[in-house]
Amino acid sequence: MEAEAIKSLAPAIAIGLGSFGPALGIGLMAAKAMEAIGRNPEAAPKIQTAMILAIAFAEAIAIYALVVALIIKFV
Amino acid sequence: MHISLTAEQLGSIFGLPITNSLVLSLVTALLLVGGGFLVARKLKLVPGKVQSSLELIIDGLLDFMSQILGDRKDAAKFFPLVATIFLFILVNNWVGVLPGIGSIGFVEEDHGHEVFVPLFRAANADLNTTLALALIAVFAIQMYAVQRLGFFAQVGKYINFTHGPIHFFVGLLELVGEFARVLSFSFRLFGNVFAGEVLLVIMMGLLPLAASFAALPFFLLEYFVGFIQALVFAMLTLVFLKVATAEVEY
Repeated sequence: MEAEAIKSLAPAIAIGLGSFGPALGIGLMAAKAMEAIGRNPEAAPKIQTAMILAIAFAEAIAIYALVVALIIKFV
Repeated sequence: MHISLTAEQLGSIFGLPITNSLVLSLVTALLLVGGGFLVARKLKLVPGKVQSSLELIIDGLLDFMSQILGDRKDAAKFFPLVATIFLFILVNNWVGVLPGIGSIGFVEEDHGHEVFVPLFRAANADLNTTLALALIAVFAIQMYAVQRLGFFAQVGKYINFTHGPIHFFVGLLELVGEFARVLSFSFRLFGNVFAGEVLLVIMMGLLPLAASFAALPFFLLEYFVGFIQALVFAMLTLVFLKVATAEVEY
């Protein structure tokens, strides 16, 4: 394969594989948070705040993968 | 279709480059500072409509912060930094989704081929802006911690020889973690806003002119993402402030 072909394919693979882990992590976190809210609806604001924080951390990893993909494509 | 990772330079003043994202962040700063100044000129004890709506926003932020921190005095102390970060990033993101951003510009010659240079670009779609915000946040966290705990206690969190080899290595890892925090803050915000811009450009490029209303959900998504990223940046700063100013125990 020539370099041009790989250069077009690489960003797709980078972001495709790189978002797999964070997506799984966010789904698990949200599931646990919903379970916790279902068990104790009064604590919902606290749980929600902590959940958003944790999801931001997981999403950041996906963003790192996206930035690498963008760098490969445009630089 | 024109997508550029770096913000394009429009000109320079006294040798400092002026990029298209700098223009928008100046617009944001004017909106926030000018708006605040106009309202704060005539503060009344019984507020009128504009003042009470702004008081709602500020009070809401303060309540939210004291809920996370658990202490209202601390919330009032950290409020300027965290609320400024939140409002600056929020207005930057929301102004950056307006029509005309990224599409109004001029064509310029560059290395033989023609390049389209947009006049405006979302301020957080430039890594310089987000890096600056991240550095400010991390330095401010360190300064608040030094103010609360003392210089040697704060340095002793990262370089300590007195609590055994494990804590020594943990301290070094924490130091590396601080630098990773700067990268994480800046890339999270940059990635979200830049990816949103690219998404909007591609959406509007794919749709025919008559069907361009079909891109409306994506604009709404960008507004939502802009709000969430501002909230996340501010909340993370707040949480790290809370952790950094807490008394450390082994």
